[in-house]
Amino acid sequence: MTSYGADLLVILPELIVVGAACLLLVLEPLTPPSRKELLAWLSLGALALCIGLTGGQISVLNLRVSAFSDLVVVDGYARFWKLLLYGVTGLTILMSLPYLKAERLQLGEYYGFILLALSGMMVMVSGADLLTIYLGTELMSLSLYVMAGLKRSSPRSLEASAKYFVLGAFSSGLLLYGISLLYGVAGGTKLGAVAAAIGSRGFDDPLLLIATILLAAGFGFKLAVVPFHMWTPDVYQGAPTSVTAFMAVASKAASFAAFLRVFVEGLGGLKADWSNLFLLLCLVTLILGNLVAIVQTNIKRMLAYSSIAHAGYALIGLVAAGRGMGESGGASGLASVMLYLALYAFMTLGAFAVIGMFRKGGLEGEDIEDFAGLAKRQPLAAFLMLVFMVSLAGIPPTAGFIGKFYVFMAAVEAGLAWLAVVALIFAAISAYYYMRVVMVMYMREPDPSAGEVPQLVASPALTVVLACAVAGVILFGLFPNPLVSLALQSVLPLK
Amino acid sequence: MEQLFFFYFAAVIAVASVLVVALRNPIYSALSLLIMFFHVAGLYVSLRAEFLAAVQVIVYAGAILVLYLFVVMLLNLKQDDRYHRQWPVAGVVGLTLAVEAVMLTLLKGRAIPPAPANTNETVEGLGNTEALGDALYSTYLFPFEVASLILLVAMIGAIILAKKDIGGSEA
Amino acid sequence: MTELSLRLAVSLAQIAAVMGVVMLTVMILTLAERKVLGWMQDRMGPMEVGPYGILQPIADGLKLFFKEDIVPAGANKFMFSLAPILAMVPALIGFAVIPFGPSNKFELFGITVEPFVISDINIGILYILAFASIGAYGIILGGWASNSKYSLLGGLRSAAQVISYELNVGLAIVGVLILAGSLSLVKITEAQSGGFWHWYVFALPAPQIFAFVVYVISAVAETNRVPFDLPEAESELVAGFFTEYSGMRFAFFFIAEYANMVLVSCVAAAMFLGGWNAPYPGTILEHVGLGQFAWAENIAWFTVKAYLFLFLFFWLRATLPRLRYDQLMKFGWKVMLPIALGNIVVTSIAVYLFPR
Repeated sequence: MTSYGADLLVILPELIVVGAACLLLVLEPLTPPSRKELLAWLSLGALALCIGLTGGQISVLNLRVSAFSDLVVVDGYARFWKLLLYGVTGLTILMSLPYLKAERLQLGEYYGFILLALSGMMVMVSGADLLTIYLGTELMSLSLYVMAGLKRSSPRSLEASAKYFVLGAFSSGLLLYGISLLYGVAGGTKLGAVAAAIGSRGFDDPLLLIATILLAAGFGFKLAVVPFHMWTPDVYQGAPTSVTAFMAVASKAASFAAFLRVFVEGLGGLKADWSNLFLLLCLVTLILGNLVAIVQTNIKRMLAYSSIAHAGYALIGLVAAGRGMGESGGASGLASVMLYLALYAFMTLGAFAVIGMFRKGGLEGEDIEDFAGLAKRQPLAAFLMLVFMVSLAGIPPTAGFIGKFYVFMAAVEAGLAWLAVVALIFAAISAYYYMRVVMVMYMREPDPSAGEVPQLVASPALTVVLACAVAGVILFGLFPNPLVSLALQSVLPLK
Repeated sequence: MEQLFFFYFAAVIAVASVLVVALRNPIYSALSLLIMFFHVAGLYVSLRAEFLAAVQVIVYAGAILVLYLFVVMLLNLKQDDRYHRQWPVAGVVGLTLAVEAVMLTLLKGRAIPPAPANTNETVEGLGNTEALGDALYSTYLFPFEVASLILLVAMIGAIILAKKDIGGSEA
Repeated sequence: MTELSLRLAVSLAQIAAVMGVVMLTVMILTLAERKVLGWMQDRMGPMEVGPYGILQPIADGLKLFFKEDIVPAGANKFMFSLAPILAMVPALIGFAVIPFGPSNKFELFGITVEPFVISDINIGILYILAFASIGAYGIILGGWASNSKYSLLGGLRSAAQVISYELNVGLAIVGVLILAGSLSLVKITEAQSGGFWHWYVFALPAPQIFAFVVYVISAVAETNRVPFDLPEAESELVAGFFTEYSGMRFAFFFIAEYANMVLVSCVAAAMFLGGWNAPYPGTILEHVGLGQFAWAENIAWFTVKAYLFLFLFFWLRATLPRLRYDQLMKFGWKVMLPIALGNIVVTSIAVYLFPR
């Protein structure tokens, strides 16, 4: 009988998250409806514990520990993403407190599902085995499918859930097909075995190419990259706003983390091939995401397209890493992706926090027109939204600028200056639709015939979220160095 | 002999899978799926994975597909024509993919590699079921537990989405 | 090639023998059921055909055989014909792995023959469960293809019931599997030799009494027998999924039901009650020096056990009223399932603490 003590210690954060989730699910029926917030605080406590555990290892950032016959690995890369995910999840929970109350969705299970989704993401981030990563992806996705449909009174929410589920299941199928082909080639699902098989087999094996394409398509769905983006606008619009924020940030970050690890650690030998593939994806994503965002009138839909576009920017880093000359070139490309997603998290969370609590009577003010005249009514709220929009557009001195700067730098270093220029043009185009929101807030008067004017409903939890988001956007915009060096330190070794 | 079985099972699986989407009567589609499940189980048997074969039949054919039939019958879908208008698109895409697959395998001139050796080691001696259990509860313990969490999520999720009163009435 | 054909011939002979016995049992059961019910209700049962009515099954069979074969208007003819076959085949196919007697082996023209089990495959019990689960298709398709509301409702009800209770059957068996460490019914039976205190119902360290009870109740439900015969509840659904069936197709469903009863009785005997093992160590014939005929005694014990179960089925039918549908489902999921799961946990712990 083998003892798993040491292995269990390695996955202690995962265990805490899962344990807390199970505890929540058990406590849920025992707590009266008015006290459901207790459950949120419980999950926040679990997160704090995890932050302490993983954060405590920051001094030994690059110590690589593996467990469960090397299926799970905790290295600097995993720690970086996990810390990011804890933060995002914590802010999402805080954001959900007032939002759920306003939407009358006092569901204890909601927090349980957030934690379970988080545990899935942690598995994705830490998985060193294709099957483990796949299972992590499924755990995350299933939780998100349910969360997307929680607002059952709204047909949009149910539609979002169903659509997300069907397309997500389809994409999981593609992913699994790719994995099974890779297993056929490599005789194992561990990333190391895959890398070794590629090393010994050469690159032009047709099976490998098909497997790579399938994996790219499978992950493409999760990342919402064109042409696998069709679900994004409908799901982002229909899902409860706090869930949308969680999907747009945490799910995207975790998918990127697993995606990078699979392609760098496992398929690193094929980087010449996949960097071309991703170059193509990245270009269409930038074009379509940015152009279609312009014509949106619903702000959640607009942000959905913007999130597609942002995935495109992040992909530039990966393309650069694949093209990167020598050791350092690849590293800076990967680090730029990590940095980009970390910074993107703050602004997107902030924007969605504002949208979620921007209420017209009992409903959400989702139309961009609803923001008309906000600057006069609630100057602070308007200013916060301004900051987030400016950052999303990538204008200095905000975090968005830093993220784009490093990604473009990586592209230039990798000899893809033209790509950087193209992306820059699209960043300029994107400024148009972000600034339109600002323009509406500051320059436009609300339509007098439209009855009740929407207001940002303030609450302590929301204040905390917004403060964190704004602090992140501005502080990292001005002093990006600590985060940059952290990303550079924890980047994956590219073979 | 083994090759013969393989080609039989593979051919029936392919044909039945096409029929699942091509047949107009949803009940017939479900039955093609049943045939496919059985042949997949047969494939497992020919690979000496009897346990997997039995589980395939119990879980997919015995439980999941019956529930499909259940839903199909309750909804009384006679024919779903809308869905079949995608035939031309599907044909074009499928043809392209098939051509690509043939080109990839032929033009590159590389034979498909032999199956990796480490898949056979457990077949002899130790029974298949024991070997499977051993691997699941030692080497693959972690993914196994993650899979159990997935099932938990699916179960609770289904209950929550189907529960009658939610939020509104109690707030 | 000759070896292969010889093997084939031996297997076919075994299959024919087992099928013959099963069919004979089914015939006996149809009569026995009516007789037993009659006695319990203080009447005589069928008395007309043959002395004491013993030729009744033959008369029934002939009647069904010569009856007009009706396919209702609007029915799906293909499915309508397929369904009875789909119901009967799984019921019969399960007998392939049941050990009816000790695993004596003898050589016949150079190949080893095990006379009392058709095929000792190492996933025996899973094989039975797999095919038992296919039986639901016959019922549900038969109900649907008949194009009648009673049939459809009966078929759907029954499918839900069969699936729910199959789960309990499977889980009840797990305890035994943990104790035996094998899925092969031959090995499971052999592990219970040496007296009734070694039977898994009573065996230490984890007597499977609860599992046994769960199994028996679930088996009754799975075979759609009273008090769980909701699919054919005559007061609500006329005759459930086979309302529209007549003649031989009806006979197929009928045979399937009874063959299923025999099958679950055999499985219960093999899994929980020591199969062909006598309740005392060894066999009497062995003790008096007739070891070569010990198999006869063993088979007799197996038969006794199986028939005991079959009697139980009749007894229940004579005694209990039918459950309501929601009660049935509630009972299956909220009572039986937790007991079966608890049994697995307790058994695992017991086996872990007291390894053999």
